[in-house]
Amino acid sequence: MGLVDNVLDGSQRALARLATHVENDDGVGREGLIRLYPHTGKAHVVGVTGPPGAGKSTLIGALIGELRGRGLKVGVVAVDPSSQLTGGATLGDRIRMLEWQSDAGVFIRSMASRARAGGLAPATAGMVHLLDAAGFEVIVVETVGVGQEEIDVSRLVDTLVLVQVPGSGDGVQLLKAGLLEFADIFVVNKADLAGAEELLRGLRSMVGFSAHQRPDWVPPVLRCTATDGVGLDKLANAIVAHGEFLRDSGRLHDRRCAIARAEIADYVNAVIRQRLSAPGAGSAGVEAMVEDVARRRLAPLTAAHTLLENWEDPGQRNDQSG
Amino acid sequence: MSLPVAAPGSQPPIRVLVAKPGLDGHDRGAKVMVRALRDAGFEVIYTGLFQTPEMIATAALQEDVDVIGLSILSGAHLALFPRIMEALHEKGLDDVLVIAGGTIPEDDIDDVKQLGIAAVFGPGTPLQTAIEFIREHAPRRSDVA
Repeated sequence: MGLVDNVLDGSQRALARLATHVENDDGVGREGLIRLYPHTGKAHVVGVTGPPGAGKSTLIGALIGELRGRGLKVGVVAVDPSSQLTGGATLGDRIRMLEWQSDAGVFIRSMASRARAGGLAPATAGMVHLLDAAGFEVIVVETVGVGQEEIDVSRLVDTLVLVQVPGSGDGVQLLKAGLLEFADIFVVNKADLAGAEELLRGLRSMVGFSAHQRPDWVPPVLRCTATDGVGLDKLANAIVAHGEFLRDSGRLHDRRCAIARAEIADYVNAVIRQRLSAPGAGSAGVEAMVEDVARRRLAPLTAAHTLLENWEDPGQRNDQSG
Repeated sequence: MSLPVAAPGSQPPIRVLVAKPGLDGHDRGAKVMVRALRDAGFEVIYTGLFQTPEMIATAALQEDVDVIGLSILSGAHLALFPRIMEALHEKGLDDVLVIAGGTIPEDDIDDVKQLGIAAVFGPGTPLQTAIEFIREHAPRRSDVA
């Protein structure tokens, strides 16, 4: 039996091996994902994002307990940044979730972001599919520590939890566009610290202000102290409630279409980037085009159009360069 | 048209688990190793202090690491290492490269290696020695989908 059959059979070893192939984007990983995809779509995929040190991993560690208590099998994909200098990474999320090491209903996988900005790794979507096919009912995706704009995760998950901590700015921060617009659930973690009340009030007022945009789901604003397990039951309830809301309102299909669209676009982008990235990686036609753009004989936009129109044979040139 | 696979010759990063088995609370050496291995281009999973053999084996399994680095300063290596190797064996992880560092007396090194631990890096070992050893000995596996 190959890895795919063993994953469907419940083997964690096969799951972990296939996960590596998916991360490395090799032939085994690609074939595995294609064959497993029909077995996916059952899991509730939950994103957890927020700034570095906000307590995302610790919160997830505690959340696992709540979800296990509800009888749910939990998969976690935790992303930490890769060095853009060496390619190396320190993956330090798992250390906050060690309580669940011996529970067969929990599978935790750390991922380095490799060469991608935006808060996720290139293969995060694939990793979610693997855990979904392997039968994990809730899959939690932890992003790298993010700032204001890393919204990639919102295009991958059913439910997005944004974790914030007191002391990270005044009310003007809450007026800004970005991640705040995408969260389905807000968590103020480390709520025992000074400034928590102010942040909670600010978030509640912000949520109230935008309630007209999403009248059927008003994002709850929850206070948690993850290290003491405070507020985790409410967070688990809110996550389950949002999942039910998506199913009952028919929004789940809308989300899944948005996710599918984003994932297809990712693959298309990958093909294009790969063809253009390294000098000499593309065909002679591509290289000639790069040369022409560099020498100002061709505008970049014209080159892009030409490339897409003649994708199979970029040596064929539309004579638009004048 | 199909998606091109990664350029031939480009190796995926080596994944390393750094763990501290047992009850000593000294993790400076382990943290130095984490940093050095990261800077060498490895993906390093750090699970910190007080790891049981079972916890180490589960982390190695789920993270599918190529290498496990055990840091131990308590003197309990001859008690803990056999249990760790047994836990790895039970999970089918016999092909993982296991190395150790910390305060392991010369006299014990043969016994430790008998267990299947490939190398012991004592105090004063240059970081580069461990890095090169990993590069040279990390397993390369093949699978079918």
